[in-house]
Amino acid sequence: MKPAPFRYADPRSLAEALEVLATEEGAKVLAGGQSLLPLLSMRLAAPATLVDINRVPGLDRIEATGDGVRVGALVRHVRLLEDVVAARVQPLLARATANVAHPAIRNRGTTVGSIAHADPSGEMTSVLALTGGSVEVATPAGVATVGWEDLFVGPLETSLHGPAVVTAASFPALPDRSGTAFAEIARRKGDYAVCGAGVVVTLDADRRVERVRAAYVSVGLVPAVHDLTDAVAGQPVEKADWAAAGALARTLVDPDGDLHASADYRRLLVGVLTERTLARAAAEAAERTGA
Amino acid sequence: MTTKLFGEPVRRREDARLITGRGRYLDDIGSDALAAAFVRSPHAHARVVDVDVDAALDVEGLVAVYTYEDLPGPLAEPLPVLIPHPQLHAPRTGYPLANGEVNHVGEPVVMVVATDRYVAEDAAERIVVTYEELPVVVGVDAAREAVHAVHADVPDNVAARHHQETGDADAALAASPHTLSFTQYIERSACMPMEGKGVHARWDAGDRSLRVHTSTQASTSVRAAIAAKLQLSLDQVEVVAPDVGGGFGVKIVHPWPEELLVPMAAIALGREVKWAEDRREHFISSAHERQQRQEITVGYDDDGRVTALDVHVWHDNGAYTPYGIIVPIVTATQLVGPYVIPVYRVIVESVYTNTVIVTPYRGAGRPQGCFAMERTMDRIADALGLDRAVVRERNLIRPEQFPYDHRLTFQDGRPVIYDSGDYPGLLDKLRALVGWESAEELRADAEARGKLLGVGMALYVEGTGPGPYEGGHVQVLGSGKVLVSTGLTSQGQGHETVFAQIVASELGVPIEDVEVTTGDTRRFGYAVGTFASRAAVMSGNAVALAARGVREKALRIAADVLEADPGDLEIDEGVVSVRGTPGAAIPLRTVAVLSNPLRYAFDEAAKQATQFARSASDDKPPVAPGDAPGLEHRDYYSPIRSTFASGAHAAVVEIDPATWEIDVVKYAVVHDCGNVVNPMIVEGQVHGGVAQGVGGALYERMAYDADGQLQNASFMDFLMPYASEVPDVVIDHQETPSPLNPLGIKGAGEAGVIPGTAAIASAIEDATGRRIAAMPISPTQLYDLVRDGSSETTAAWRRRTGVDA
Repeated sequence: MKPAPFRYADPRSLAEALEVLATEEGAKVLAGGQSLLPLLSMRLAAPATLVDINRVPGLDRIEATGDGVRVGALVRHVRLLEDVVAARVQPLLARATANVAHPAIRNRGTTVGSIAHADPSGEMTSVLALTGGSVEVATPAGVATVGWEDLFVGPLETSLHGPAVVTAASFPALPDRSGTAFAEIARRKGDYAVCGAGVVVTLDADRRVERVRAAYVSVGLVPAVHDLTDAVAGQPVEKADWAAAGALARTLVDPDGDLHASADYRRLLVGVLTERTLARAAAEAAERTGA
Repeated sequence: MTTKLFGEPVRRREDARLITGRGRYLDDIGSDALAAAFVRSPHAHARVVDVDVDAALDVEGLVAVYTYEDLPGPLAEPLPVLIPHPQLHAPRTGYPLANGEVNHVGEPVVMVVATDRYVAEDAAERIVVTYEELPVVVGVDAAREAVHAVHADVPDNVAARHHQETGDADAALAASPHTLSFTQYIERSACMPMEGKGVHARWDAGDRSLRVHTSTQASTSVRAAIAAKLQLSLDQVEVVAPDVGGGFGVKIVHPWPEELLVPMAAIALGREVKWAEDRREHFISSAHERQQRQEITVGYDDDGRVTALDVHVWHDNGAYTPYGIIVPIVTATQLVGPYVIPVYRVIVESVYTNTVIVTPYRGAGRPQGCFAMERTMDRIADALGLDRAVVRERNLIRPEQFPYDHRLTFQDGRPVIYDSGDYPGLLDKLRALVGWESAEELRADAEARGKLLGVGMALYVEGTGPGPYEGGHVQVLGSGKVLVSTGLTSQGQGHETVFAQIVASELGVPIEDVEVTTGDTRRFGYAVGTFASRAAVMSGNAVALAARGVREKALRIAADVLEADPGDLEIDEGVVSVRGTPGAAIPLRTVAVLSNPLRYAFDEAAKQATQFARSASDDKPPVAPGDAPGLEHRDYYSPIRSTFASGAHAAVVEIDPATWEIDVVKYAVVHDCGNVVNPMIVEGQVHGGVAQGVGGALYERMAYDADGQLQNASFMDFLMPYASEVPDVVIDHQETPSPLNPLGIKGAGEAGVIPGTAAIASAIEDATGRRIAAMPISPTQLYDLVRDGSSETTAAWRRRTGVDA
């Protein structure tokens, strides 16, 4: 459980980081290290060089505006969890982050790092998808914005290649007349979810259901957003049949089984969590819509 | 006991050191030592065709590489069968390094020694071992079917057929008014101490002596094994157990291959060598426990009284049997619990599989036995429509029946004769503690909240404190310090505290003056080890006897000085005084000085003992015949047989019928370990045991695939409960002293874990109405069970819900 030899680079600027990434084959970016270091210790990964971006200035900011929340690459989960302004703009951020592992991991792990790691069991990949977010990717050619649909390719795999640093993730604000909720079921508190669900409910001006979207954790190979509107479209928010939305969700997902849950059990939980989170999200949407 | 420390909740004196990082664990020793790492088999069953180390040789920092061919003398022989038994007809053990065949993933094949662990792993990674894979046997059922054999010369995979019976079971069953037969399974878990195993060895070439530190539960026996295998004289070998970060059984096994190979390398290289096990190594190359298939037939009468019990167990012992059939024997003999079983027959077939070896893990076969017996009680109650507590009550051994002879032979080769107990008392306390009579109200209340509630209980009797012996040494120094040593080892249980309490109480000294050393062969060479809930019983009584010897000698010397009768003296707060005569007193430290007649004074106190300081009788030698200088005494406690502790647990579970999540909302324990030395430490032991019981019932499972690969060999996937998963535990005590030992105590170390699986299974069954016949159980498995229309339902559930079966 000791890593294989690697070179350690400690760049002081983004340009320097990109230069190392460009010149050293097999170089990997190190931010919080909560996913990468265990892989190194178990020798499941053996990058020739680690490019530690922790001393690169300017990557540690949370910027919340009316349009959304931009989270820098060095923002630890705990800071996002505790950022009340960000939570007001996009409540899913804090709600999901509260489910990320344990305090010790949240204190070191970064939100952007967990997105770049592209683990379908991670919460923030799903939240990026559900909010329609994007990441900023710095390469020697400049900074590009990559939407979530174009980012996730497979489990632990993104579309990024060549020298690149994900410098920020942007999560659009919660739309008007909308509410969100997030819930997980894990074998033990803080474990990777057996199944997690994040939902956004949007009402029309008459407090009828206009739009329902959901994304799941540990379900499927890459994050996906499922539109559940058909099950409840036009229903008054107080009387909407959230169980029907849960039932629809169960037909849309294609979970895998593993040691901790069969595929069927995950599908069951997708239905239960969908129904439960939608009821909460709808209440919030109703509150934000007014009478 | 007249002094106040015995029985008091004295705070653990080791805690301040251990929880502020001042402990000295194995890996804290030898920071400059060379590091060993191992190439371990990636296959569950294979022939080793070739080992090619060439690619490792140019790794900078590599010092040595060892394969089986490099093992000298007795090291090239199989590892010892530690506990031979006539019914262990086909014992098999591995070699320190694989000799042509590997029988489980993780078996050591090559040892690499390098300047540090990183380099050692770099080199190990480059070693190419060619294997020829062989068919793999995983699980008791595959072992039993014996389509393939783990060991070619044991074609039926049966290592042992352990058999005990107390009468004609077939006839008794035939004559029983009712019988029930069923099969159930229990899965593998493991000890998982926070600190893995580890060994550090230093050879002093000038002195020709070896000092070994090892994270063990049995340092004296490791010493003997190292001396034998490395062909050294016993006096050349010292073995020290430093602070040990938990054991729970896995560290009683010895010698582990590494405990021989690391000293071997230290001697060969003339350098300090260390190996500290990492977590993956611990998963795949230490030991597991608990997998059994149990086929049970019980006969009973209309009142639910058992008339006969016939149990056939298949016990997965893994690839080898270094620890003999201790776990099968414990299951077989402890299964009967607190009940009168008129006729009992048990057969435990211990079978080989291509998995990590199975050796005692806290409970050591008892959780399985308890699962068998207690679920039998539940089934009888269900079949007769009786309260589960009532059926148990009717079968209990009554207080007036002690000593109670089960006519079985225990793991120590001695009869299973219960020394004392009050089982109806336990049951009454448990019912009150958990609110057994109001279960239906609790159920209705939970139902109103959308939850399924169930209650379950399980009782156990635990044989603790088996022999052959332990020893203790107590010495009072001229400074007033009292040195206590015993050979058995500590793994964090609080031995320093309880042994100090016992000696302080026996001797009449402040506990602050007492220093305790355990598990260091330099201090105490004779010991057996820490296992089977025996430390307090064995070493507790041994140090008490040693303290009594010191007290007797102190009173004799003080009587001489004070010109009093020893019978008129008392010792309190370290001062010997004549009872009722103020001023007639002498400090114990002065007695210690006077106990050693001196020619030379090395300090002020010593002057008192020199030859011109005191007037002594001219016609007696300074040291009387049969006496010895010094205020010290060594004594041993060797019990006639084990002493039997007991207890009763109850669990209340709530299940979410949408997600099938299982929540233990209340856990009640009534505990009887005889006289209690320190109730806080006993409660701590119970809490820890319950945590492991909950883990074994709901979370932990060694998930082997059909190829013998352990799928969850990390703390990410092997689910030990966190504090958030362990329920609050409510405890009530009962104290039924043991008549077998001077202190009247019984062991408490393992008790907490024993009934967890049985009680929680019963509660889940009560909540869901589905028969729970395999444990542990997870939400996904419970979901499968309840939606499977062919799952067996309980009669109680059918009555409650009005559903016809």
